[in-house]
Amino acid sequence: MSQGLLSTAYLAAGILFIFCLGGLSRHETARRGNLYGIIGMGIALVATFFSVQFDGVYMWLFGAVAVGALIGTWLALKVEMTSMPELVAVLHSFVGLAAAVVGINSYLESHGGHGAEVTIHLIEVVLGVFIGGVTFTGSVVAYGKLAGKIRSKPLIMPGRHMLNLAMIIAATVLGVLIVQGGMPHTQTTLVYLLVILGISFFIGWHMVMAIGGADMPVVVSMLNSYSGWAAAATGFMLSNDLLIITGALVGSSGAILSYIMCAAMNRSFVSVILGGFGDSGGGPAAGGAAAQGDLEYTSTSIDETAERMANAKKVIVVPGYGMAVAHAQHPVKQITDMLIENKCDVQFAIHPVAGRLPGHMNVLLAEARVPYDIVHEMDDINNQFEETDVVLIIGANDIVNPGALEDPSSPIYGMPVLEVWKAKKVIVMKRSMGVGYSGVDNPLFYKENTDMLFGDAKASVDGILTALGNFLKS
Amino acid sequence: MIIGIPHESELRENRVAVTPETARKLIKLGFDVHVEKGAGHKADFEDEAYRDAGVTIVDDPKTIWNEADIVMKVLPPAVDPQTGVHEAELIRIGGTLVSFLWPAQHPDLLEKLKDRKITALAMDCIPRISRAQKMDALSSMANIAGYRAVVEAANHFGRFFTGQMTAAGTVKPAKVLVIGAGVAGLAAIGAAKNLGAIVRAFDTRPAVKDQVISMGADFLELDFEEDGTGEGGYAKVMSKEFIDAEMALFREQCKEVDIIITTALIPGKKAPILITEDMVHSMKPGSVIVDLAAANGGNCAFTQADRVIHEAGVKIVGYTDLAGRLAAQASQLYGNNLVHLLSDMCKGENGYHVDLEDTVVRGALVTHNGEITWPPPKLELPAQDASAANTEVVIPPPAPDEEAKPKGPMTTIIMMLVAAGLLWLIGQKAPSDFLNHFTVFVLSVFIGYQVIWNVTAALHTPLMSVTNAISGIILVGAMLQVSHGESTLVVGLAAFALLIAMINVAGGFLVTQRMLSMFRK
Repeated sequence: MSQGLLSTAYLAAGILFIFCLGGLSRHETARRGNLYGIIGMGIALVATFFSVQFDGVYMWLFGAVAVGALIGTWLALKVEMTSMPELVAVLHSFVGLAAAVVGINSYLESHGGHGAEVTIHLIEVVLGVFIGGVTFTGSVVAYGKLAGKIRSKPLIMPGRHMLNLAMIIAATVLGVLIVQGGMPHTQTTLVYLLVILGISFFIGWHMVMAIGGADMPVVVSMLNSYSGWAAAATGFMLSNDLLIITGALVGSSGAILSYIMCAAMNRSFVSVILGGFGDSGGGPAAGGAAAQGDLEYTSTSIDETAERMANAKKVIVVPGYGMAVAHAQHPVKQITDMLIENKCDVQFAIHPVAGRLPGHMNVLLAEARVPYDIVHEMDDINNQFEETDVVLIIGANDIVNPGALEDPSSPIYGMPVLEVWKAKKVIVMKRSMGVGYSGVDNPLFYKENTDMLFGDAKASVDGILTALGNFLKS
Repeated sequence: MIIGIPHESELRENRVAVTPETARKLIKLGFDVHVEKGAGHKADFEDEAYRDAGVTIVDDPKTIWNEADIVMKVLPPAVDPQTGVHEAELIRIGGTLVSFLWPAQHPDLLEKLKDRKITALAMDCIPRISRAQKMDALSSMANIAGYRAVVEAANHFGRFFTGQMTAAGTVKPAKVLVIGAGVAGLAAIGAAKNLGAIVRAFDTRPAVKDQVISMGADFLELDFEEDGTGEGGYAKVMSKEFIDAEMALFREQCKEVDIIITTALIPGKKAPILITEDMVHSMKPGSVIVDLAAANGGNCAFTQADRVIHEAGVKIVGYTDLAGRLAAQASQLYGNNLVHLLSDMCKGENGYHVDLEDTVVRGALVTHNGEITWPPPKLELPAQDASAANTEVVIPPPAPDEEAKPKGPMTTIIMMLVAAGLLWLIGQKAPSDFLNHFTVFVLSVFIGYQVIWNVTAALHTPLMSVTNAISGIILVGAMLQVSHGESTLVVGLAAFALLIAMINVAGGFLVTQRMLSMFRK
């Protein structure tokens, strides 16, 4: 295949990728968008395949592609929607690792040369390997935290900022040495590069270890962004525009998502990255709870909840991570159907950081076949709570904390929240009176119009479903 | 401990402090409940029902006062018209009394209670804070009074509330004006709205506008800026200019509306006259005014307490016992208020005790250990709690986000200069090949920026998985390296990169497809 044809094929693929992301702007066009992405990827693969000679390495090529495709398919088909954050994290780690490996390879293969071009190429190699490495271990740790294999509590090392700084300085020094060494590589400079890789592994690990569970949506979006930048760096390294375009698209996508998530928590990106919630939030949270004295909450029963919902004209459901953990989305959908049949207006309210992944709740509700036109974003539904009879909160805490608006001493003060307390009745389903991920006490639980329904979300929702069924029949 | 419920000596009082249902709750808390024979009769609670709830019925009025550790009543103790004895003298020395007391109006009663070393808790002095809403008897009684006011209005009004189009002709809906949107006013709005009337409401406190609207009424506003929010959720006295504007508004409304329900009270002051004589005369014949402020002098010039006045075809209802006219309901809610107060006082290890540190108990306590403890030390109430009386909490708008402020022109200029400097540096040093790629990169970032902002929040997860898939494009690089590879190491590493990149491509696209196919209308 001629170089010109290859370029136009890459151009087509790049445009298709842009359409792919553009298609996701609305539900109606989203599936077509995904299709554009698949076609774009197909074109890129085929064009690359025909552009080069694979003498004797067909086995490597087809073997790798087939095995990779099989594993990917298997992962995609077996994953449960509740574990989507884990899958996304794993996939990020693959991009990171691939970028690091390709970078090292490109260094291994480097031929002689000199001047600005070599310098730039070597900078690209170092950057590609470094970003790839950070993405890899960062994503692996994120996966571990999301899957519950690593404690989600932030791990704070003494002098961690200094440690990170020292690591970055060391990596920079080594990078400068590599660039000065020029091409081709020597044994020493190769070791330097591997040390840089090691440092980047450590930084990725350390950075995500220090971030608490509630900030996971930001972390995952940030890693998404990194994986894009890693791909773009690889593109520079290989002088491949398609990689650059794609990497830039993915990188900016992840960056915007991180920004949206941070805005939803009213926290600056830097503060999320530099530290877990725990170290700044613990003190005032405990103090706040004590200052409020022996506040009391009202607990309710499944039957009472079902009866309230049966008599309600308007119900808003607020799902949180607890619903995902308990896999309660299907009975929730059945309750919704029952209520709608009972002439009740049922809506869902989704906070941007509900769950552990941007849009996590939407996916779960879609899986349970909740129509997307009754699922609303925070800003769209916040003014509806006043006219609502019952708000059902399933495993959410910080995103419905009135302290964020009322209490300037609260660590989450200023974070936009769902104003559920304006409703006539709020029912909070929760395991116990424990605090949320941010470790902040929630004044909502003590409000006059709030009832607590303790127990496992799945069991409670199932119970309500049965009780509601009986109630509506009788 | 024995709780005694004597009958209410005031002949027109129908309520009773304990109903069989609330008695059960008190017994559950560990009290013995004694009720005087026939005490609940006027509220339709017969002795038999009390007995079923586990209450001891006491025949002798003397005994009930003597035996009780805690006496619970509705009205303040007064001279019993039948026996001529003051009830305060019947309470055991050192005993406890819980009832409405209105300490400001009854200084002599306080003296009496003090002399007998009685611990007296005034239900009308419960602080109006969020925590105490469940014992706020003023609110629960006001709610009933508001409802009953509409029922009284309907009773004296010769027409429908709701509009109807019948074969016999069209009926226009009644127009109701509610003045003062406190608890009673809001209850009246709700009741009148439910009967089908067109309801409008006025209040000097702008904060209640949303509450009025949420009840389905129109909120009348003046072209005048003055906030009438006073202490404890009540209104305060307004300036003369404001009152003039207000009166002009009422004058207009009087010509239009059929029913006026007034609930305007200012604590410790005579109720303001809002409906003057000429306004009443301007109303349509058959109109009704229900004055909930009648006990404090009334909001209407013609109001006479406990009477219905006919003035130029307009009926002015001045009942002061509206809550008592719904005796069963009022007793039930008042009884619940008492149960909540006692259950709070039973908290802690020692069981029932008077905790002077508890702001609610301290607020309600008017005499204790032979001393007058009224008025209580002033409570430092945050602004939002003050409106708790209206059952809703006003939330201050979140503080403006520091970072959201638009950046000053200086910052923009500096950023521009830095960017220009960087571009100049790159253009100087970098080879043209790199610059081509760099151009592509920067433009792509901008395209990505434009495109991603349009993605709806609900599709953020699919967005992440699809970007995952396309960042698998790195396999193109791996493929190139597989083909060019000079050593097995390079080929092997490249094949590995190809493999994991392919996992991404296949997995990412498939899982996106799976998710997207689930989204449906």
